[in-house]
Parts: sequence; C-alpha cells; structure tokens
Amino acid sequence: MPDTASRALDTFPRLLFYHAQVRGERVAMREKDLGIWQSWTWADVAEHVRALACGLAALGFKRGDNLAIIGDNRPRLYMMMTAVQCLGGVPVPLYQDAVGAEMLFVLQDAGVRFALAEDQEQVDKLLEIKEQLPSLEHIVYDDPRGMRHYTQPFIHDIEELMAMGRIHHQNHPDFLDAEVEQGRTDDVSVMLYTSGTTGKPKGVCQTHHAFISSARGGCEFDKLSDREDILSYLPMAWVGDHLFSFAQAQVAGFTINCPESGDTVMTDLREIGPTYYFAPPRVFENLLTQVMIRMEDASAIKQKLFHYFMAVARRCGAEILDGKSVGFGDRLAYALGNLLVYGPLKNVLGMSRIRVAYTAGAAIGPDLFRFYRSIGINLKQLYGQTETCAYVCLQPDGQIKLDSVGMPAPGVEVRIADNGEILVKGPMLLKGYYKRPDATAESINADGYFMTGDAGFFDDEGHLKIIDRAKDVGKLANGAMFAPNYIENKLKFFPYIKEAVCFGHDRDQVCAFINIDVGAVGNWAERRGIAYSGYADLAGKKEVYDLIQECVEKINTELVQEGMLADSQVHRFLVLHKELDPDDDELTRTRKVRRGFISEKYAVLINALYGGKASQYIETEVKFEDGRRGKVAADLQIRDARTIPVVKAAASRKAA
Amino acid sequence: MNGRQIGDVILDLQNISLRFGGVKALTNISFDVREHEIRAIIGPNGAGKSSMLNVINGVYHPQEGRIVFHGEERRRMEPHMAAMQGIARTFQNIALFKGMSVLDNIMTGRITKMKSNFIEQAIHIGRAQREELEHRKKVEEVIDFLEIQHIRKTPVGRLPYGLQKRVELARALAAEPSMLLLDEPMAGMNVEEKQDMCRFILDVNDQLGTTIVLIEHDMGVVMDISDRVVVLDYGKKIGDGTPDDVRNNEEVISAYLGVAH
Repeated sequence: MPDTASRALDTFPRLLFYHAQVRGERVAMREKDLGIWQSWTWADVAEHVRALACGLAALGFKRGDNLAIIGDNRPRLYMMMTAVQCLGGVPVPLYQDAVGAEMLFVLQDAGVRFALAEDQEQVDKLLEIKEQLPSLEHIVYDDPRGMRHYTQPFIHDIEELMAMGRIHHQNHPDFLDAEVEQGRTDDVSVMLYTSGTTGKPKGVCQTHHAFISSARGGCEFDKLSDREDILSYLPMAWVGDHLFSFAQAQVAGFTINCPESGDTVMTDLREIGPTYYFAPPRVFENLLTQVMIRMEDASAIKQKLFHYFMAVARRCGAEILDGKSVGFGDRLAYALGNLLVYGPLKNVLGMSRIRVAYTAGAAIGPDLFRFYRSIGINLKQLYGQTETCAYVCLQPDGQIKLDSVGMPAPGVEVRIADNGEILVKGPMLLKGYYKRPDATAESINADGYFMTGDAGFFDDEGHLKIIDRAKDVGKLANGAMFAPNYIENKLKFFPYIKEAVCFGHDRDQVCAFINIDVGAVGNWAERRGIAYSGYADLAGKKEVYDLIQECVEKINTELVQEGMLADSQVHRFLVLHKELDPDDDELTRTRKVRRGFISEKYAVLINALYGGKASQYIETEVKFEDGRRGKVAADLQIRDARTIPVVKAAASRKAA
Repeated sequence: MNGRQIGDVILDLQNISLRFGGVKALTNISFDVREHEIRAIIGPNGAGKSSMLNVINGVYHPQEGRIVFHGEERRRMEPHMAAMQGIARTFQNIALFKGMSVLDNIMTGRITKMKSNFIEQAIHIGRAQREELEHRKKVEEVIDFLEIQHIRKTPVGRLPYGLQKRVELARALAAEPSMLLLDEPMAGMNVEEKQDMCRFILDVNDQLGTTIVLIEHDMGVVMDISDRVVVLDYGKKIGDGTPDDVRNNEEVISAYLGVAH
C-alpha cells in the first residue's frame, strides 16, 4: 500500500485508504439486517473495496468502463462505487424504482459493460432488456435470494466476485495500488443522470475534484466531523445522496447508516438518531402531516398542551435557535415546552440528536420550514443541481431566512443574468454531459458560468431567493408575472393538498388542478362521517371540494398582498380523479410536476376550466405497478374560487 | 420451477372416512402428497376441504382409513404431535394473538423447538437466554423472507387483513415445517395481496423446499401455482391430477366450475 497519508487526498479511493489507515477501527457503514445493526469499519470497507475492485479486474473491467448500480442504499453498493473508481471506471447509479424500459435509455447511453443489481427484481429487469443492450457483459447481484436458478454464466454473486478478487489480490498484490496511483483528480468519478424534467435524461459527468471540493466546502461550512451519523435512504442515483452519503462521508470520515428496507425508514431513523440529516421537503411535509393527524386523534389535554406550546414555539422558537435575544418569559415557556412537547416530539421523529438538517430539491413551504426550526431542529435549505454537485448556496447558521436559500457556498461564484436567470461558477461544475458536447455548450456560457435555468434575485443582505424555473416564469395576458411553482408550493403546504398544477401563461386568469392527500383528506372525511369508496370517489365529494375551496381562497388572500403576484390568484380549480404519478409520466422520479406533459394529457380539462364549464367528463389511461394498463374515468366538477379584486394592487404597482 | 425436484410420496391417505354422528364429512377418500410439491384441495362449500386438512394434522380422527406419513402408519394422534413431526398450518379465519406484536406472534411458532423449561425461561438466564437468541435469529430470517420488517413491533390487531395472513404464514414457517397446510391463504384479499401471497408461497416451496397442501377458492391461483389438484364434492373425491386434467374433467366442471343448464 502506498503511504496514502502523505499523498494528496484528491480521489475517492485515496480518501478511503487514508481513512482505513487513520481511523480503521471506526465505523464507516451500518446496515440493519435480520433486525440487528451490522457494522463495517473503515478497514473492513477498504478490504471489501479491494476485493470488489480486484474481482472486477479479473472479470475484465478496464479503465474508462462504466458500471451501472441499481438498488436501494446498501453498503456493498456504496463500496462498489469506490471499487469502480479504484480501477479508473465510472459508476452510474440508476433510480431503482424505474421499470426496465425506462432504464434502457440510460444503460444504452452510458454503454455499460457491467451492472451491479441489488436483488432478483433488478436482475430480472436487466434480463428483460438485455437483448437491446449488446454492451452489457456481466451482471453482479448483491442479494442471493431467489437467484439459485439463474445459471447464466454472465450472472455473478457478489460474494463470488469478492472471492475472485481476493485470489487476484494474492496473485498480484501490487495491482490495485498501482491502479489507484494512476487515478487523477480530474478523472470523472461518477455519472449521474438528470431526472429529465425536459426531454431525455442526460448523463452528468462529475470529477473527483468537483465532488471532493463540494464535500469539503460543505463539511467546513457546517463543521462536520468524523463523529456524524447520517441515514442514507434517498435514491443513490440522486445527486444529494451522492454528496451527503458518499462524498461528504468519504471526506469527513463519518458513518453512513442504511435502513433495513424502504418501509422501515421511520423506525430506523429513530433507532439511529442521526446528527446530520437530509430530506426533500416532501419527507418533512409527510412527517408533519402524520404528526398533525395523530394529534387530532389525541386526548383533549394533549391537544391543548400541544397547541399551546406550538404557539409559544412559533413566537420565539426560531429566534432562540438563531441565538437572537428573546424575553425571559418566552425563554421559560419555551424551556417548559421543550420538556413537555418539543423534546418528545423530536424523539418520536428520530431527530433528537440532529445538529444540521438540510432540505432541497423543491421549495419548502415557509410555515413548514418554520415549524421544524421552531421546535429546535436546525433545518436549513441549500440550493444546487446535479450539474453543480448540489452545492451552490447554503444557509449559514443563525442567518436563516425562510424564503431564501442562503448565501453562495465557499468557493462558489453566483451571478444573476439580465433575464433573472441564476448563473454559477466554481470547482463543483460538471465536466460535461456524457457524449453530449452540444448540451454542454448550451448550458455553460462563454464566461464559464453554468446556466441553472432558475430565476431568482439577491436580497439586500446577499441571500439568494429563487422564484421559479426561468422558463416556467410566464406572463398573464395582462403582462403580470406568473410563477406557477410559487403558487403550487403555497397550495401544497395545506396538508389536504398533495400536488397542484397551475396554468395561466398567456391567459387572463390562473386556474389549477388539485390532487388531494388521500391520508389527510380520508382522515378528515372519516371524522365527519363522510363515506367514500375510493380515491376518485373521495376526490369528487362536494364536502372535499368545499374544503379545497377554502384552501384556495386562503392563498388568494395571501397572494393579493404580494404586489407583483396579486394577479395570480386562482380563479377556477378542479380536483383530479387520480393521483399524479411518475409511472404515468406525470411526475419525474423526484416527483416534480411535468407541466408540458400534463397540459397535453389533460387538455380537455384545461379547456373546460377556461371555457367556463361546470363539469367535464374525462377518461385517463393509468399504468399499474406490474406494468398493466387500465382506464379510469370520472365526471369532474369545476369550481370558482372567490378572488379579491386587484384594483388596489394594480394601482399601487402603477404608482411604483 | 426449474430447479425443484418433486420427490417420493411422503403422505399417503388411504380410504379415509370421517363422520360426525350421522353426517358424513368425508367418504372413502384416497390421495397422496409428494415431497416438495404444491398440492391443492378444491371443492364447493361444504365439500370437506377443511375437514381433510384437520385430518392431516390430527385435529379430527377418521373412523376408517389409513394415514401413512413418511412411511409410517399413523396411530391416533393430537395436533401438537403433528407439529412435532414437522406439519405446520394456517387457518381459514386468522388465528393470531391480536394484542401481541408480530414478532411475539411469530416467536410462538418456535414453541415446539424450545428445550428450556418454564422456570429457566422465567429467570431468563443461561440456556433460556441462549435459546431465545437462537429462536429470535430464526424468526428474523422468516421476517426477512416474508418482507414484514416494517411491522415487526406492531400489534397484529392493527394490521390490515392481507398482512395478518402473511404474519400467520410467518408463524407457520417459524416452526421450520417440512409440510405446510394452508387453509384459504388468499381468501378476502385484493389482487395485489393475492399476487404477493402467491409469490411467497412459491418462494417457500422453491427455496425452503417445503411441501405445501393448500385449500383455495380462487381457481386462477390454484391452476397457476399447484402441481396437482384433488377435487372434493360432498365429501367424495371426484377428481385428482394436474391442473389441466382437472380443468378438463367433466364431473369437476359440472360440480365446481359450473355447467350450462
């Protein structure tokens, strides 16, 4: 082994072997298996990575080859990433819940020769499309369950691969060190495919340098040490997981924890009690909805207690967390609240030990954000995209503004273009899109800035505020600004609304599709003795429409106070009869609304909204989990929401 | 099903007749079960299917006939002896301890394997503790196999029906049976739950090598997963063979699948 400590730690394999030397006995990874948390120390991980890498080499893996990784977050899948990097190859993580046909494009585009599949399910998907994948030569699987009868010679058990690797290492003890030695910091370390809100997915090539710089910057910014614990449960193909669970863990040397299964994340979270936590807004939203539902079922005393102390927290909790001065009475009330409500609540959420929690991926409702901060969880926002290693802006401790994403991170330069688009530059920028020089040239301007496609502005104190996607920011027929995401996020903060899609570009008013949250609305309906048979039935109930109408009218009163957005009040809306679903291509895998697709698919509904109709019949094709297709039909009502006349607002805008 | 080897006859029922007073529940029924196979018993309501299962695991004692299990003719026996011999079962109406957690329920399936006496268990030291760890390990394997980790600590009474059925299967599997009797494992389930259950039954049969005897009403399921089917009607056997044989058997069609009048 080369004396890694004295070398520059500028690639992930070097970082790993360094940690194995200096903190070899500390736990690097944990996974719950058969009900018990199993641990791997840094030394164990290094040994496994060595075995995996040598095994791959024995199978014929060459520098520059791509290896697809498909599966839930599991230690050996993370180890495989480093193993591939040791050999100068590129790991390509894929979203594990995609169906075979969806994976085909990425696998073909990346020209993968090797694939690591978590289990039988993923192997089956690969076998299904293997005919169209002439480049794919070897499939390695992690979980042997159900694999006994797969006798194809190109399918390998990961244990077999490691056994091969260990023999290879005995025969060629210097091989791997020499390979690691050859790695350069500006080699591509990983390829992450963009979720494809627009067009086909593109492979974003990121270098060791980019991810290590971003991780290092983030660790210093939040003073992360090797004592942190993080729960790794978000898709490995997502840039956020790669930054937090892979890059930062490897840079700082902290512990990642893999849940037992996708369904046990909540329990595992509570058992691990992470100190560092990352979740998209949707997760925080679901947690809060669950808490609220359970509070409604609690006894009267508990409810009173909860609401009283939540009011205290709203008043002063966030200020106390930010270290601002707060009156003695409030401080005392908050301390009592911490003992009776916030502490136990944090414990139930598994957030008692959290020092830093981040959210990103979509805008988070201000009230939601404030809720977590007010009970003492240091929840912050960050801003970034796959092309920038999810590292552009971070909110500094003590300077949290609810509606901004913070200040440019260390080493990052941010500029606002004339059209409002956010431009960024720094070490974290992508090397390029895989085999797409045209797309690379389109996204990086002449001065070397990456064009994020987001519209935003800096406020007086230098905090960046995001309004919407630059191309989504439209204009109403009267010329007023129309930012659909902004309105949708406001709607989505109501626990009863799961998803919303607003229309209004080039129109004289804003209309909306609403998706109810079946958990929250179902509970609400049961409480009121409203019987319903299923999703579509519940969504069409008059009472539910009344409930949603209240929500819509509430945001209208908020919007009217926001000067430039006063014209964006929602005039008409309808409640969709089915949930928007990534399987039906209505949402991306990261659950962002595919606006264009939806407006085509539901054109008849949009026409009805703007045509002044009171109801509209629609038939929609749906795809079931097993790939079968079916149809759902419904007669949807359309409601008018009360709006506040904007004469005053318009007048004030003219005056300004 | 490519790797599974169906072996010799392990359970042979010869001329079984069972009466409750004047009611003839089963009349002169003979069939056999081979090792590692999935054997279905079908028939209309009241045909004697559940009685047949109860005969196999010793709840009912037929007045006539011979039962040969693993080459040995069975004398009068009790259900717990059947359990000792490696026969486990699930019930038509779920028979779990509703107030106990999933984990504890499945642990009860290990009862026949426990060697420590109740004083040792009460003090919970030495052998009892070691034993519990071993049993817990086995139970965790079953939990993993049936993918119910997320409800490990949930009281059974709070679970939806489909999951309760799965927990019942887990308890039966915890006994590491060589033969599993399933009484309508899919009754009252929706399509998705049925698919899951089918997959688990096939997995149990394929990977653990367990012989399975099941009663089921869903003909699609029966025809898909069983190796051989025996058909009962009013306590008599009217058909026996592969799903295709049974499907084409005139008598079976008129008795069970319905006939145009």
